Amino acid sequence: MTLSGAKILVECLKREGVEVIFGYPGGVVIPLFDVLYEEKDIKLIHVRHEQGAAHAADGYARASGKVGVCLATSGPGATNLVTGIATAYMDSIPMVAITGQVATSMIGSDAFQEVDITGITRPITKHNFLVKDVNDLARIVREAFYIASTGRPGPVLIDVPKDVLTTKTEFIWPEKVELRSYKPFFKVNQGQIKKAIELLEKAQRPVIYYGGGVIAGNAGDLLTEFARKHKIPVTSTLLGLGGYPAETSDPLYLGMLGMHGTVYANYAIYHSDLILAIGARFDDRVTGKIDEFAPGAKIIHIDIDPSSISKNVVVHVPIVGDVKDALTELLKYDFHVHTDAWLKQIEEWKKANPLTYQQSSQVIKPQYVIETLSRLTKGKAIISTEVGQHQMWVAQYYGFTKPRTLLSSGGLGTMGFGFPAGIGAQVARPSMQTIVVAGDGSLQMNIQEMATARYYDIPVKVIVLNNTYLGMVRQWQELFYNKRYSAVKLAKVTCDGKECYYPDFVKVAEAYGWWASRVVDPADVEKALKDLLSQEGPALLDVVIEQEENVFPMVPAGANLTQMIGGLA
Amino acid sequence: MQYTLSVLVENHFGVLARIAGLFSARGFNIVSLSVAETEDPTVSVMTIVVDGDNRVVDQVKKQLNKLIEVIKVRDLTEEEYVERELALIKVGVNATKRREIIEIADVFKGKVVDISHTTITIEVTGSEEKVDAIIELLKSYGIIEMARTGKIALLRG
Repeated sequence: MTLSGAKILVECLKREGVEVIFGYPGGVVIPLFDVLYEEKDIKLIHVRHEQGAAHAADGYARASGKVGVCLATSGPGATNLVTGIATAYMDSIPMVAITGQVATSMIGSDAFQEVDITGITRPITKHNFLVKDVNDLARIVREAFYIASTGRPGPVLIDVPKDVLTTKTEFIWPEKVELRSYKPFFKVNQGQIKKAIELLEKAQRPVIYYGGGVIAGNAGDLLTEFARKHKIPVTSTLLGLGGYPAETSDPLYLGMLGMHGTVYANYAIYHSDLILAIGARFDDRVTGKIDEFAPGAKIIHIDIDPSSISKNVVVHVPIVGDVKDALTELLKYDFHVHTDAWLKQIEEWKKANPLTYQQSSQVIKPQYVIETLSRLTKGKAIISTEVGQHQMWVAQYYGFTKPRTLLSSGGLGTMGFGFPAGIGAQVARPSMQTIVVAGDGSLQMNIQEMATARYYDIPVKVIVLNNTYLGMVRQWQELFYNKRYSAVKLAKVTCDGKECYYPDFVKVAEAYGWWASRVVDPADVEKALKDLLSQEGPALLDVVIEQEENVFPMVPAGANLTQMIGGLA
Repeated sequence: MQYTLSVLVENHFGVLARIAGLFSARGFNIVSLSVAETEDPTVSVMTIVVDGDNRVVDQVKKQLNKLIEVIKVRDLTEEEYVERELALIKVGVNATKRREIIEIADVFKGKVVDISHTTITIEVTGSEEKVDAIIELLKSYGIIEMARTGKIALLRG
């Protein structure tokens, strides 16, 4: 069968099981969009900015576990994907980004809309390809999906020159992927499992610290089973939330650790004598001052990426492999972990230092909004966040009960991620209530995607926690820069002596054809949220909150985990 | 401490850029790097000399292994291996001192590869230390210019 490169590419995507592409057209990729025009099996979601395409593909992948696909033209189309690709790379999200490129004969000539996108994305992709010959195209697409989705997942970029899209050749589907230099499957080492069990049996104060690897590895159930079988307390990174169900009354549940973690999670880590790290990478936001991280603890580390092991902290028992396999092995053995006294201690810490905030009847507290949202949705909605204070309040006050329900840019911290990612998630899981929690700063970074949600009737809900500030930077300036609020004020609340909002998110949303409303009185929050959630189409709620609320507790950068400010009894 | 790594990679365009990029992005220090095809034209070998402590080099090895196009990373440092460097050294010299320089080259089993009224160019191969030693000796005569390869290495046996 002789087909054009564009047809071969689309045929390959179908065979890889791709159902949705988030894309934006442009000169050199018209041949590809021309094929997609009549393609029934792949839904093309045309976004309003390429960055939105990358984040939407990322959100699609996080919510579904499948590979997300985004598509852009050469030059500026490709560079607009870069932030989205870097975001996916830092959080190990399986994604394939396809970019158009100028014709092979023009490459290197500074042609119109030419950019060396494989060069630009080399440090932020798991791998990338420039397709120089249409005969390599099918094999490359196959390899790209294989690389993106196996081992430690990550984004892969395929750069396709225009003439490769238009040249015809015999289509041959490679049945198998054979890469002699890429072997992502590791068999869990039994000797290491036994060593881990020896340490667990000896431990007095063990803690499980897990991260996004548990979500990526679909190992939430096994983790929960293992922790409950041996009564080991569990703390999570931001990206792990939902892996172990949130329930404050569960004596094993510690919530999130780190810079804005709970007091008891940070105390537990600091005082533990054994940390079982699962699919987590000891990021600086988690460890605080690295030399004083868990000073008395031995560390067992389960991770699929050998380079994660002993990168930031010295690991005593590394277990390289899929977290699911490792937990399955650990669950085969009967052994006893002594945690009764330890759990009693943790219970005291929990009682003395719960997550807390000052409620107000005058002004809406953001924590209250998230608590109410958590209660109304029973912790079962998909919550996509932007980056900043609201993101931390979601992590602290939303009780995630299922994996793949928190979507957040943890590693790169990308403002502008949450809204398009929420759109992608809603497309991936149409039956799930999908809610974007945004700050007034972040939402404005990709607000154009409101048109996408309206056009395709994607019923995503947006809650803006509007404090008229870049709240997290303002908080740092308040605490560490003498309240010198440089470049953080986003809106003055009065115009010509009258109260006003700008942008007026309600008017903006309405201009895009959305349902929108605003709430300013704490007494109205619950009803306003219910109204929002009952809307059939895309809908936005602008929540005017306390302007200078802080996220506490907080471990200042460079301090150890016990040196928290705020939230202490 | 210096570590010598022998890295087998796919002979694709862009592989060198990936490896160089990895070193610069993670702040690893390359002392020297040499690349060439192996007996299998689809495979290249890179000999990389890295400076750093044990932990840094451990990360370097893991990060290299993580690159999709890296087939194998071998740390030769702890093993028995042979290594060679090649240097071309041009020394400014007149007829009176020429004899002395040729004698020095002989001691190091070097070769005279070019000669003019005012210069003489020596080729020398050997371990890094040997090449360093002859350079040190020739300095006093005035080295005009010099080119030196990175180290290449193979395991013994």
